[in-house]
Amino acid sequence: MLAALQSKFPSMSLELRPLVVRTNKPADQFYVRVEPGALLEVMRFLRDDERTKFEQLIDLTCVDYLNFPDAADRYGVVYSLLSLTHNHRLWIKCFVNDPKPTVPSVTSIWKSADWMEREVFDMFGVVFEGHPDLRRILTWDEFEAYPLRKDYPLRGKGEREDYPVIHRTDA
Amino acid sequence: MGNDDLVTTRLETLVNFFREKGVNWARKNSLWPMPFATACCGIELMATGASRYDVARFGAEVMRFSPRQSDLLICAGRVAIKMMPVLQRIYLQMAEPKWVISMGACASTGGVFDTYAVVQGVDQFLPVDVYVPGCPPRPETLIEGIMAIQRLVEKEGIRPSAEREKGMRHVVQPTYQLTMPTAAE
Ligand code: SF4
Repeated sequence: MLAALQSKFPSMSLELRPLVVRTNKPADQFYVRVEPGALLEVMRFLRDDERTKFEQLIDLTCVDYLNFPDAADRYGVVYSLLSLTHNHRLWIKCFVNDPKPTVPSVTSIWKSADWMEREVFDMFGVVFEGHPDLRRILTWDEFEAYPLRKDYPLRGKGEREDYPVIHRTDA
Repeated sequence: MGNDDLVTTRLETLVNFFREKGVNWARKNSLWPMPFATACCGIELMATGASRYDVARFGAEVMRFSPRQSDLLICAGRVAIKMMPVLQRIYLQMAEPKWVISMGACASTGGVFDTYAVVQGVDQFLPVDVYVPGCPPRPETLIEGIMAIQRLVEKEGIRPSAEREKGMRHVVQPTYQLTMPTAAE
């Protein structure tokens, strides 16, 4: 897989990194870091090339690396790919930063990205450029914060107390 | 109309009966609940309606999924903030006079979900009449809650809603008691 990627994009420094680091076991799952600018190109190649054939986008999510040891970037958008043809998997990570974390939308490549990108936008405030309908999906429309950001307090900032109250006299 | 007599007598009996007992006697024995079941408490609510606990014994088995046909809102389970306006609209659309049971720790206090997304007690936004404690409350406890509503309905007389402004705020005590075998037995 990596050889195919490297031959196609020789100018990028693409390398496999272990997705999960366990102390005394060799890693068996890997990710490739891709810059947001090259994301669409790489993804389309990964889906279409005979050697990779990642037909399926299994998951799309985000990690907030705030206060994470040795982390240089704040948000990591994670794409989990599966090839049914070759029965292999690959993770792609795309790192973005404040103040306006932006990655291109992959909805044009895998339709399944639609709701997942809305979810990441809702929870982390990552903007997916080119998404056909980027609205909040889990929280309500007037909500302003991004609750899965690590600097957002667990109990919110008073949103849950801030609702009109219904009395019997109203009924 | 040969049957006029019969109809008159029966009506009279009925009217007399209601004069004695009040219309609330009928009301209390035919509560039509609107189930607002959002989480695990909803399963207990279903159990309460099913054959073993059979809430039909209290005339409260006619679960209505239209608020206009119900007079008892049973809020079972946690309510997310996004859902609160929906619950409020359901409450507003219910027929008068109406009562509200807050079933379980989540509906009454937010339960273990002390987070940005969960309402910390539906009574902050709605008038609640009876709180049923537990996580989840057993069907017996919910039935006790329904009976508490029945007692309220019977006692209350027909009062305009505005008089019941804040809700009744009754808490049902768990009805079951653990009995330990004594040494003598
Ligand atoms: S009170 Fe307990 S059982 Fe009921 S909805 Fe909350 S967590 Fe579930």
